[in-house]
Formats: sequence, structure tokens, C-alpha cells
Amino acid sequence: MQREATIREPLILGHKTYKDITDDVVGPIMGPAPLGWKIMITISSLIAVYGVGCILYLLGTGIGTWGLNKTVDWAWDITNFVWWVGIGHAGTLISAVLLLFRQKWRMAINRSAEAMTIFAVIMAAIFPGIHMGRIWVSYWVLPLPNQFGSLWVNFNSPLLWDVFAISTYFSVSLVFWYIGLIPDFATIRDRMTKPLPKKIYSILAFGWSGRAKNWTRFEEVSLVLAGIATPLVFSVHSIVSMDFATSVIPGWHTTIFPPYFVSGAVFSGFAMVLTLLLIMRKAMNLENYIHVKHVEYMNIVIIVTGSIVGVAYLTELFISWYSGVEYESYAFINRFSGPYSWAYWMMMSCNVISPQLFWFKKIRRSLIATFALSIVVNIGMWFERYVIIVTSLHRDYLPSSWGEFHATNIDIGIFIGTIGIFLTLFLAYARFFPVLALNELKTILKSSGESYKNEQAK
Amino acid sequence: MSKIFHVMYDDDAKVMTAAGKLVGQGIRVKDVYSPFPIHGIDPVIGIKRTRLAICSFMYAMTGTSLALLGMWYFMIQDWPMNIGGKPSFSLLENVMAFIPVTFEFSVLCGAHGMAITYLLRNGTLPGMPASNPDPRTTDDKFVVEITTDNNSMSADELEAAIRATDLLELSIKDA
Repeated sequence: MQREATIREPLILGHKTYKDITDDVVGPIMGPAPLGWKIMITISSLIAVYGVGCILYLLGTGIGTWGLNKTVDWAWDITNFVWWVGIGHAGTLISAVLLLFRQKWRMAINRSAEAMTIFAVIMAAIFPGIHMGRIWVSYWVLPLPNQFGSLWVNFNSPLLWDVFAISTYFSVSLVFWYIGLIPDFATIRDRMTKPLPKKIYSILAFGWSGRAKNWTRFEEVSLVLAGIATPLVFSVHSIVSMDFATSVIPGWHTTIFPPYFVSGAVFSGFAMVLTLLLIMRKAMNLENYIHVKHVEYMNIVIIVTGSIVGVAYLTELFISWYSGVEYESYAFINRFSGPYSWAYWMMMSCNVISPQLFWFKKIRRSLIATFALSIVVNIGMWFERYVIIVTSLHRDYLPSSWGEFHATNIDIGIFIGTIGIFLTLFLAYARFFPVLALNELKTILKSSGESYKNEQAK
Repeated sequence: MSKIFHVMYDDDAKVMTAAGKLVGQGIRVKDVYSPFPIHGIDPVIGIKRTRLAICSFMYAMTGTSLALLGMWYFMIQDWPMNIGGKPSFSLLENVMAFIPVTFEFSVLCGAHGMAITYLLRNGTLPGMPASNPDPRTTDDKFVVEITTDNNSMSADELEAAIRATDLLELSIKDA
């Protein structure tokens, strides 16, 4: 059995037994839906319906309903896409990278973080989908034999790399998540008394019986999936950044983009995990499993990735001057002093300055401060993408073509709508799925559970 | 008449001790059902290391080959195009641009191939019936399965050896 230093804070508080862990997680699923959940899912599904309405209007009318123009021909659509994909990075990072590093604190948060990843990637995929205008022919992005001569998709294009990267990332994350869920669905199946839910959970549990051989395979598959999902996470956001970096637009054409986007993605993803989990732990009484220590660990990741992002911003500025390319340096001077300087300073203060507050232990361990700052980071990271995309485009090569971008109600409606769809999916998940990885938490109870650790200390 | 013994324990450490003790007496343990992986039980009850990781590597290599073959056909062989002044002459010259898709497709095949193999080998597929002997084994109990079929001892001898361990319940069924 593994032992852990007694001075290390326990990861599972309270005097829990294996049965308590099951009861705490499966209990809320078997009981009636709480009123707060009903209110929240009603509000979020109304927002989702509004968003779907905006999407349908866009599909029926055309991309002209967005505020795009001849100069700024990419704005909220791609901003929202990159923002959602970025959020989607924390889940796999938590479950894959932290698994490889044997970080036990991930076990309380990985299930929800992976759910968040999957829902966020679905939201991200909506944007390029509807941007095609004719979504019903979106399968043309695949290299399919066709009647238009030998018309194949262009494998030299980062936009096509994105198709492969996002679809691989989505499907691999989904499989990773589901393989972890199977044993926990079996736990619910074996405890459920109502016939219909029992039937549904037994289908979802795939007949899992928990044999020793199954568990050996389970652990091997988790480890190998973590091993291949780790480079996958890095590749996906690198490829997203290449959508910009391989173009010749001043402000986009930089080699720093892949690492800078990846750390930004992890940064925003952890912020979103904190936003969701701080509410969930309270609403579902999971304070013993997701407590201050977990929040502190996540805040440390936020300081690290936030600082990497900050260094990247400053490096970009320096290199734009040092390169001696006047177009490049104009693009950056215009960013912080031009018509969009408000967005630039919003990004700087939210992403670079605010996470530095986490150097103070009091703030890092304060749940209210963390919640507030996680929302600040979410906003800041949206503005980062907006700044990169819109400020680089709005000053075209010819001054006669200079323009500005103004979001329309449809732009805003679709963005808010995706937040509604995302929250609806997440709330449905929190109601019907085991929100903690039961089988994994049980393995650390004896090494990191409070009562067991105290017994060791005696 | 052959019999199946389902011995229930309430702690993973007790299972480890009991399994070690039984195996030491020459008894073969058929299976262990547990709510979570018990680390270290595999060598005791004679479970070999799984080869799923090797499978995954082979699936991933298949993906690599398919991706490169496909891109060679689409971009070089079937309809070479001059894109941005960089014509598609040969796979070797263009392979740089094909690396991202090759990587993604390898991961796609490696991950899904392994996941499908895992589900098939486990016999866990949608709608399959559960085979754990007691519903409590997915909660907080552990069951060790021993049969007279793969043991040379008689049922009574087996029962006596089993009862000597720190068990919670014992159920004996006819096979």
C-alpha cells in the first residue's frame, strides 16, 4: 500500500469509508431533483433555445447577419471557437497529464473537467460548422470521393489540420471519459431500485463486473490513453494557433503562437473548471472531496500558465519592435493604443495582472476570491482571442480598406446561446452522471483519507 | 458435483492477505470482484500483464501508414496542385505539411483501436448483462471466486481453508 507524508493535507476530508464515497455521489442521483437544479436548468435551456433560434436564423439568412465586413472577415465566430476549444483543454490536461505525474488530487475533479471538455469542444465545433454557411454540406471537409473531378481537400492547410485535430480530440476525450465512467455506472446500476433507470444504467455500464483482469486492463488502458492524449492536447491547440500563425497577417505571423496558445488554453480551462466546480461542490455537498487544497493546486496551475501567457504577450511586443518590420511593429502599437486598446488593456489586466494575486496564500485559498478571479480569467481569455483576431485584421494593407468590427445581435445571441447549451449539458451531467470518479477515489482513501492518515500518525 | 465458492470480504487488505494465504496452500483463485483496482493482487492470483499497450502501438502505426498513403494519393498522385507556389511534386518534399494530420490520425487509430479491443476482450459492450456475484461488489465489498473445477481439493477441504480467512460471508453454489 502507498503511504503519504502525514503533514500533507488529506485529499478526502471527514471520516469516510468506501460506502460513504458511494453514498455521497450516488445518493443525489437516486433522489429527487433539487429545486435549485430545476431553476438553473430552466434558465440555461431558455438561453440555449434562444441561441439555437439565432443559429437557425443565421443558417436561413446567411453569414451577413454577423457583423463581418470586407476587412474584418473573421471576428466573434473564430474568437468563440478558440475560446471554447481553449476551455476544452483543461479536462484532458487534468485527466491525462496529471495521471502521468501521479497527482492524486486530480481524482476529485477529473470527471467533471472531462465532461466540461467534451461539452466545450461541442460548443467550439458549432462555430466553424455554422460559419460554412451551408452546414448541410459540412461533410465536404472530409476527403471523400466526389463527382467534381478529383477535388480533394487541401492537406497543406491548417484549417484542414484543425478538422482532424478537433475531431480526434473530441472523440478520444469522449472515449477516455466513458471508459472511466463504465465502472461507476455499474455502481449506480447495482444500487438503483427504480426499474427504468436501472435498465438505462445497466445498458450504460456495458455489463461491467469488476473482475481483477478487467481492472488490470482498465488501468493499462487509462495509462496508455493518458500517454497519447497528452501530446494530443498540445497538438490540438498548436494546430488551432497555426490557423493564424501560418498566415501572413501582421500580428498573426509569429512562431510563438503554438506554446502561447497551449498555455493560454490550459489557463482558461482551469479557470472554467474552478467556476463550475466551486458551484457544484456547494450544490451537491462535495465539500469533503473538492476542498481548499484542490482549489489551491488549481490556482497554482493558474499562476504558472497565466505567467507564461504574460511573458508571451511581452515577448510579442518586444519582437515586433526588435524585428524591425514596420508592419509588425505597427500592428502591436495599434493594439495597445489604437481603437481597440480598451480590449487590449482588458486582456492585459484580466490575464496578466489578476492571476498574480494568487501569489498570496490567503487569496489562493479563499473560495470567494478564487471564484471571482476565475470569472475574470474567463473574460480575459475571451478578450485575448478577440484582440488577436480583430485588431490584426481591422487595419488592412491599404488604408482605404481600414475598417472596424461591430457585433450584431446575432453575433451576441449565438455566443450567449452556446453558454446556455453548455450549461444545460453540464447540469444534465451533474444530475445523472457520477460526478466524482468513484473507483479512483476509493483507491486513494487509505493513503490520502483524513481518518486513515490520522491513524498512521498515531 | 462441482461447486463455486463466493467469499466476501469487507476490505481490500483482507482480500490481499486471504488470497495470499489461499494461494500459499495451493488453492487456485478463479477471480476477484472488486469496486476498484486492488494494486498488487494480479501476481498473487496469477494474472499476466495485459498486452493492450502493444495493440495500441500497432493500431497507431496502421493509422500512420494509412494517413501517409492517403495524403500521398490525394495530394501527389491523383491531382497534384500548385498551392501558394509550392507545388506537390513528391511525398518527401511535402511531408512536412502532412505531419499534423499524420499525427492526429495515428492517435485516432491508436486510441480507438485500443478502446474497442479493451471492450471486446473484457466482454463489456452496451446492454451486456452484469456477472458480478453480488451487487455490493461495485460498492464496498470484495468477492473472491474459487471453484472445485480448477482445484484438486475436495469441496470440504476448500471450505475449511476458506473459513480460516478473515471473511465476511461465504456463499456456496452448485456449478
